[in-house]
Amino acid sequence: MNETDLGLWAVPLAMIGGAIRVSTPFLFVSLGECLTERSGRINLGLEGTLVFGAMSGYAVAYESGSAWVGVLAAALAGMLFGFFHGWICKLPKVNDIAIGIALMLLGMGLAFFFGKPYVQPQAPDLPAISFGWWSDISQVQAALQVNVLFLIGIVLTIAMGWMFRTTRIGLIVRVVGDSTDAARSMGLNPNVVRLLATGAGGALAGVGGAYLSLYYPGSWNEGLSSGQGLMAVALVIFARWSPVNCFWAALLFGGAGALGPALQSVGISSGYYLFYAAPYVLTLGLLIATSSPNRALESAPGELSITK
Amino acid sequence: MNRRTISRRSLLKAGAATGALAAAGAFPFGAAHAADLTVGFIYVGPKDDFGYNQAHAEGAAAVKKMPGVTVVEEENVPETVAVQKSMESMINFDGASLMFPTSFGYFDPHILAVAPKHPDVRFQHAGGLWSADKHPKNAGSYFGYIGLGQYLNGITAGHASKSKKIGFVAAKPIPQVLMNINSFLLGARAVDPTITCQVIFTGEWSLAVKEAEATNALADQGCDVITCHVDGPKVVVETAAGRGAFVCGYHADQSPLAPAKYLTGAEWNWANVYTGMVKTMMDGGTIDNFVRGGLSDGFVKLSPLGPAVSDTARNQFEAAKAEIMKGGFLIIKGPINDNKGNIIAPAGKAFAEDDIALESMNYLVEGVIGSTS
Repeated sequence: MNETDLGLWAVPLAMIGGAIRVSTPFLFVSLGECLTERSGRINLGLEGTLVFGAMSGYAVAYESGSAWVGVLAAALAGMLFGFFHGWICKLPKVNDIAIGIALMLLGMGLAFFFGKPYVQPQAPDLPAISFGWWSDISQVQAALQVNVLFLIGIVLTIAMGWMFRTTRIGLIVRVVGDSTDAARSMGLNPNVVRLLATGAGGALAGVGGAYLSLYYPGSWNEGLSSGQGLMAVALVIFARWSPVNCFWAALLFGGAGALGPALQSVGISSGYYLFYAAPYVLTLGLLIATSSPNRALESAPGELSITK
Repeated sequence: MNRRTISRRSLLKAGAATGALAAAGAFPFGAAHAADLTVGFIYVGPKDDFGYNQAHAEGAAAVKKMPGVTVVEEENVPETVAVQKSMESMINFDGASLMFPTSFGYFDPHILAVAPKHPDVRFQHAGGLWSADKHPKNAGSYFGYIGLGQYLNGITAGHASKSKKIGFVAAKPIPQVLMNINSFLLGARAVDPTITCQVIFTGEWSLAVKEAEATNALADQGCDVITCHVDGPKVVVETAAGRGAFVCGYHADQSPLAPAKYLTGAEWNWANVYTGMVKTMMDGGTIDNFVRGGLSDGFVKLSPLGPAVSDTARNQFEAAKAEIMKGGFLIIKGPINDNKGNIIAPAGKAFAEDDIALESMNYLVEGVIGSTS
């Protein structure tokens, strides 16, 4: 190791590195939730899907010896959870928020149950690409180790934004999300669209979980997720249902999470509990700054049960 | 009588019959052995976490092998009223008469609430400070001076470090954690008095992502030997080794996670402690309410030294270990200041490993970079 003394520059560097390392699960879960909510349904169970995805991804990666097979398994498991949620919610008089909470607990319980034998073994990790080759400072090189899933997340963000804006599928999802009646009169089946959107959203959340267990921090245990799935659901509202905003919000939360440890490491060590609360203070501030008493939440899908 | 309903009377009869059977059954069984014992273990996290809970579960596994002992275990029990329910159910349904609720936060108020209701049950708590005038007589606390293990960790770290900066990922600034941080640095300073130790508190016992971030931040600052005091050191060990730093273990043996980078580790030896306590109970004796022990009492052990430990390091490590094995090792020796410049001990004054004053430690010694609040 050839460490250079960075002084206070370590803090912004750690935040950039942290944003890249920590944001990916936020990004995938919030993209999934964005898609689901755009179709007019809320899936609060994504925390459970995330944890189950983390467990199944780790278990399959360990058994098969390939991290990518694990990611695929996590996506499939997440999709099953999504479809299950979508299927129950299309039954009459079912509240999607209550079902979401139930599925969150179910997902975590199942993950803990099936994940028991996989706490000890070490599964293969996902590969990372080094973007720090231009620098000879080892800290910069370490911060710019970018995981492939993060790059896939960026591509997905752009693709989803484009899909909502210009494609027929995007239009269908938006119509179903904004007005069930309008969708029906166009000959669309809102239940099928929502089922598919919830399934796809679940798959993305599962991949977010696989990132946690297969790359960073890179092991499976029962305390792996500290509410990333729940926070990502809130991020979607914060990001005003826009995939591109979801990406920035995820980066912001990732970077803010790295602030506490980085400040302590340069010697600013008192009040670290306060620094750890930074992401939440930031969210509150931004939400207050961007909200208005005169209009409803901007660009909220009309059929969402929280805005109806 | 309707086949599908069970009347209250028949239920009572059945209950009485079962009770009589159990009483009749228990009597000759109890006479055969000195006393049969059901022991309950409660863990705050998964019992295979390469850490705190695994160390206790290894102790429970040793107890399970003893003849005439039944072990009941429950894991992932939070430090809330949930642990009171777990204790009540182990006592009332499994018949446990010796309880090991192992997490620090179980003691006050949970054990203190349950113990007076069950005077026949013995509650043994890891880490608490039992005191005769405040706490029930059927509760007790035990702990080991694992700080000395971290002191020995520090000696290997002091030899392995090239940057003269070592790092510590800590959960919360409670006395036992502070003791470990200070001991780790003092061990390293026994090798080279210019070494500093950077500490990062995560604020919780188990927060995987934050522990990984903290480890990365330490590596960014040039710390090239890293250890920790969190519930499950797996994430810290793997992340540190991934960044090319050496690691010292804690709680249990983590050498399989990073065989090339693992120097040594401070481990609990609960198997020895728990089998001793269970044996005392079965022989009809009483366990002391306040039990403490160190390396020389078999409460603590060290992982085998890793391949990266040099011969000079090994010699100093073995010499210090031999000194500690004599008991009463002076861990804090004056003159020594804390890292804010206040005097902890003037020249000539020293605290031995078993000094009760160390159990309310609230400072970081000079050379530790970090703050307790």
